Amino acid sequence: MAMLSFEAKYRTRGGTLVGGDLFDFWVGPFYVGFFGVTTIFFSALGTALILYGASLGGVWNIWRINIAPPDLSYGLGFAPLKEGGLWQVITICAIGAFGSWALRQVEISRKLGMGLHVPFAYGVAVFAYVALEVIRPVLMGAWGWAFPYGILSHLDWVSNTGYQYLHFHYNPAHMLAVSFFFTTTLALSLHGSLVLSAANPPKGEVMKTAEHENTFFRDLIGYSIGTLGIHRLGLFLALSAGFWSAVCIILSGPFWTRGWPEWWSWWLNLPIWTH
Amino acid sequence: MSDYLKQGIIYGATLIGVTAATLIGITTFTKLQHPPITSVQRGFRGTAIAQLYDPAELAAAQAASKVPRSLPPASAAGVKASVAYKNVRVLGNLSVGQFTRLMVSITNWVAPKQGCAYCHNVANMADDANYTKIVARRMIQMTQNINGNWQSHVQNVGVTCYTCHGGNPVPKNIWFNNPGPESAGGLAETQTGMAHPTERINYSSLPYDPFTPYLEQDHSIRVQSTTALPTDDLSSIKETEWTYALMIHFSQSLGVNCTYCHNTRSFGNWAESSPARVNAWYGIRMVRDLNNHYLDPLNSVFPAYRKGVLGDSPKVYCATCHQGVYKPLFGVSMVKTFPELQGPPASPTAAVEPPAAAAPTAPAAPTPPH
Repeated sequence: MAMLSFEAKYRTRGGTLVGGDLFDFWVGPFYVGFFGVTTIFFSALGTALILYGASLGGVWNIWRINIAPPDLSYGLGFAPLKEGGLWQVITICAIGAFGSWALRQVEISRKLGMGLHVPFAYGVAVFAYVALEVIRPVLMGAWGWAFPYGILSHLDWVSNTGYQYLHFHYNPAHMLAVSFFFTTTLALSLHGSLVLSAANPPKGEVMKTAEHENTFFRDLIGYSIGTLGIHRLGLFLALSAGFWSAVCIILSGPFWTRGWPEWWSWWLNLPIWTH
Repeated sequence: MSDYLKQGIIYGATLIGVTAATLIGITTFTKLQHPPITSVQRGFRGTAIAQLYDPAELAAAQAASKVPRSLPPASAAGVKASVAYKNVRVLGNLSVGQFTRLMVSITNWVAPKQGCAYCHNVANMADDANYTKIVARRMIQMTQNINGNWQSHVQNVGVTCYTCHGGNPVPKNIWFNNPGPESAGGLAETQTGMAHPTERINYSSLPYDPFTPYLEQDHSIRVQSTTALPTDDLSSIKETEWTYALMIHFSQSLGVNCTYCHNTRSFGNWAESSPARVNAWYGIRMVRDLNNHYLDPLNSVFPAYRKGVLGDSPKVYCATCHQGVYKPLFGVSMVKTFPELQGPPASPTAAVEPPAAAAPTAPAAPTPPH
């Protein structure tokens, strides 16, 4: 595979956050770094613990493996390994691995001399995870409020957690998050179809340029955000989706224990209505 | 180096700042609550089958459910009330002492401000001229029916007049058939019995009268498909919305969320539901019995100002007794000190069969409530 034009820069030494030159090397095409080592450590340990937890559960069906957080009665303390303690250690490993990965992205960004857009964007996803597994349980006073690790079990948790507030679609932050998720996919589909169309002209024609792309959308909707702008918009939409997801779940429980429809009574009680 | 650090600090501060500002903003401008919360776990860990409460609201509910002290028991010896007084059609087998104690108690429970004259013509206590006396007599029978025949729902806690009345001549939580505001029908129909938020449906836009079809009539509450693909399930969207509204009323009435009875991954599955759901199943049958056999037949007795817009009797639903609490009066049994209200000995399964987990019946034909 040919060297990409930025490979030389990527292979520049330095720019590490910790450890100096100690881990500043590559294995094949992969940069290692201090945070690469910690990523491998946490993910290997976490995966091993998940396998151990699965072996305790008695079910090897991948859909039904379930490693659940402790009972609410343990509060924010440690639980015995087989009664949720395993979940606690796995959560520490997950946060260690996600955090390490984000910091590795920072080091690579520094080597490339680019902004921190990538680690920031990834950090929003990590923030949403931390909101669910740490921030909200801490605010509610028990690790037991966090979601369990399992494909079906975490979906059951989502269902029951939603119905704890009777009708979760009335959660205002959930409304925003869902709208941003849908808008993200709409923007991506518009952008993707545009690029594919421009890059794949009929046989015998040359590939179209950004001017063609702009012209298409100016004709269609009277405006084109442009080649750079669409990526800024896409980033904003995607990060907003994750951000408001985190807000909507932090609100549910710590800041609202009743049905979400009832929260809207502030609207029904505005003095603008005649009855 | 310092540029990156600066950028990192700016990004980090932005994320934390925007989150904090959002939360503070929403909390300030609406009626959000705040930690800590009180919780009750009711399922396996990690299933999110749990109740959560604001401690202040819970304390207020407990304060509002204060149980009055029962009068000391009276001797069963002595002249029977049916002999001593005229026109005693129920409770005639009580001694005069017991009878008087119950009459005083009922006054305290139902008409503490109005006194005996709320029901009785004080010049002639045997007179049936006041409609309230006829209703009260029937309500005593209803209470006995609940305690005697509906232990499947009220169990050993039972009810007294105070459970629903709580010192009010008319219980705070009653309902009438609600046709809603006048609206167009056919193709011009828009609201279909919805979009008029009330507390009983948590201020949602769900139907405002799911009670007529389910708690007066006996439409089957069974809208969830048992198959992955549509087969012979004929439940309509309207029935589904009534069901959702009815279930929200259950939640409102008991101060619990959906997971109190259901594992929401499969609402209809009895095996994954909590025992409370069986209790609720009997409760639905009990409420239908009370509405159809006690309250609706009193229609000719109630004066017009006690009736609904369609001229129907006031009716009971879950909130009438529960009043926002999972067990009325937080499970304190008043009837233990009033054996005369316990009624005939309980028949173990009341008047209905228990829910058959594996016998889905055909869904009822869709009929709008009004």
